[in-house]
Amino acid sequence: MAGCFVQKRIQKEILTLKNSPPPGMKLCDDSLSSPGQFMVEVKGAEGTLFAGEEFKLLFKFGQSYPFDSPQVTFVGNQIPVHPHVYSNGHICLSILTEDWSPALSAESVCLSIISMLSSCSEKKRPPDNAFYIRTCSKNPKNTKWWFHDDKV
Amino acid sequence: MTDMLNEVQDIINIPSTTLRILLAHFNWDKELLLERYYEYEGNQERIFADAHVISPFRSAEHCKQQTSCSSISCEICCSSHSASFMTGLDCGHIFCKDCWATYLAVKILDEGMSQMISCPAFDCRIIVDDSLVMQLIVDKHILQKYQHLMTNSFVECNSLLKWCPAPDCHHVIKLEYKETQPVKCDCGREFCAECSEPWHDPVKCMHLKKWLKKCDDDSETSNWISANTKECPKCLATIEKVGGCNHMVCRNQSCKHEFCWVCLGPWDPHGASWYNCNRYNAVDARKARDIQERSRQMLQRYLFYCNRYMNHLQSLKFEHKLYARVKRKMDEMQCLNMTWIEVQFLKTAVDILCQCRQTLMYTYVFAFFLERNNQSIIFEENQADCEKATEMLSEYLERDITTASVAEIKQKVQDKYRYCDTRRNVLLKHVHEGYDEDWWEYFE
Repeated sequence: MAGCFVQKRIQKEILTLKNSPPPGMKLCDDSLSSPGQFMVEVKGAEGTLFAGEEFKLLFKFGQSYPFDSPQVTFVGNQIPVHPHVYSNGHICLSILTEDWSPALSAESVCLSIISMLSSCSEKKRPPDNAFYIRTCSKNPKNTKWWFHDDKV
Repeated sequence: MTDMLNEVQDIINIPSTTLRILLAHFNWDKELLLERYYEYEGNQERIFADAHVISPFRSAEHCKQQTSCSSISCEICCSSHSASFMTGLDCGHIFCKDCWATYLAVKILDEGMSQMISCPAFDCRIIVDDSLVMQLIVDKHILQKYQHLMTNSFVECNSLLKWCPAPDCHHVIKLEYKETQPVKCDCGREFCAECSEPWHDPVKCMHLKKWLKKCDDDSETSNWISANTKECPKCLATIEKVGGCNHMVCRNQSCKHEFCWVCLGPWDPHGASWYNCNRYNAVDARKARDIQERSRQMLQRYLFYCNRYMNHLQSLKFEHKLYARVKRKMDEMQCLNMTWIEVQFLKTAVDILCQCRQTLMYTYVFAFFLERNNQSIIFEENQADCEKATEMLSEYLERDITTASVAEIKQKVQDKYRYCDTRRNVLLKHVHEGYDEDWWEYFE
C-alpha cells in the first residue's frame, strides 16, 4: 500500500523544488537519474559566516519514507566547516533522526540546514571529528546522535 | 486499568480517552491526578498541556473547522482525499487514514511505542489516544502488539503492579501495599516485590544490588589479583611484575611513583649510599606495607564473604536434588504402613533446609556491608547458630537417614528442623529489629 504513494510524494517534492524553489536552494537536475535519491544545492544565507558559499546535499529515500526520515549528507568537495557537520558530510541534526515527522519534507530539511548554518558563530569542526570519521558507518542514521546543544 | 478509569471518570467528567492519557502522565497515580486537577481549578489547561493533550473543553471549536471544505490534500502522501477520509487529533493536524495507519504501524512495530505516540505533524507533541488507534488499525497483529505495549506501560508505571520475573510467565502480581515483601506468583516463583530478585531477607535490595554487581565484576579476577600483584604504595594502582628488575615505576600517568618491588619503599635510597632494602623494617617501607596490607585486607574481606555466599548458593542447588531422594524415601515409608500425611515431615524438612540456606546466603551479603559493633557480634552469633543447625539437618537428611527405624527418624528429623527454623527466625528477627532501631552501621 505504501509503495505507490512514496514515488508520488517524492515526485511532488521534486516538482516543488524545481518549479518554485525557496530562496537559497536549487535542485541539481543531473541528479534526478537514479530513483529514490536526488541532490539539492544550498547557498549560505547573506550576512552569515557561510555567505556566498555553496554546498551540495544528497537526499536518499528509504522504503518507509516518509514515515522514516531520509538519509541526508553533504557531498562533493565543499563540506561546510560547522560544529555539527563532520568532515565526511554527516550532519548532526535532530529532525534527521528522532525528531523526524512524516509531515516534514526535503524542502523543510534544507531550510533547517540553511538556518543551522546561518546561526553558526564560529567555523570549526565538531570536537570529536577525527574519531567519528574513523569509526562511523556509511549511513549517518546508524549513528546514535547526542544532540548536545541547540545553540549553534 | 478499566476499573481505575471508571472510578476517576465518576469524579472528573472528561472523555475516557483523554483521561487515560492524563493518568498515564501521572504514572497511574489517581490521587495525584485528582489533587493536581483541583489545585489548578479553573486553570486546568496547564495540566492538559503538560500531559500533551488538548483540553476536551476546547476541542469542540476545532471540529467545526475540519468539516468546512470538501477535498483536502494530505501532507504526508500529497494526495487529495475527501474530507471524510481525513482524520486527526484535537490539535487540528489532519492526515488521510492510510497515512495514519502506516504511521501508527511504524511507531508500534518498529519503535515499540504505545502510550507516547504523538501526532505526526512536526513539533506537535499531542498524544494519540487509544480510541483513534483502535479505529485506524485493522491488522490484528499490530493491535495485539499495541494492547500488549499498553498493558506493559500500565504495569511498569504502576508501583503496585509487578510482572513475574520468571521466564515465559505472563502473570502480573498486584500488591496490597508498597513495601519490600516476598510475593509468590501462581507459577511458583517467589520473588521480592521491590527488585524482582529472589526473596532475599534479611539484606536490603540496595545492598543486594551492590553485592551482585560486585560479584559480577570481580569474583574471578580478584583471586588472581591477590595472588599475583602488588599495589603501587602511592596511588594504590594494582601492578603486575613481568620483568626481573625490582625498580618499579608506576605506569599511572598522574603518579609515576618509583619504588622497590621487594620492600615497597621509595626507590631513591636504592641507588645511593643509604641503601637499606636488606635491613628489616625501615620506617618508609613499613608504612608502605601497612597501606598495602589494608587494601589486601579489603579484598580478603570480600573474598571471605563471597566464598561463604557462593558456598550456600551451591549447597542450595544440591539441596534441590534432595527433594527427589526424599520423595523416594517417603514412598518407601508409605509402603511400611504409614499414611501420606504422616510422611510429609520429610518434605517439610527439606523445605526448611532450603529456606535456611537461602537466608544464610543473604546474611553474608548483609554482613559484608556491616560495620563491626556490639549488635553485629550478636548477629554473628545468631548466624553461627543457624548455620550449625542447618549443617546438622543437612547432614542428617543426606546420610544418616537410611539407618535408623522410621519412628526414630521422624523424631530426629522433626527435632532438627524445628530447631533450625527457630534459629532462622531468631536471626531474621534480630536483623529486622536492628533496622527498626537503627543499630546497623554500614561499611563504605
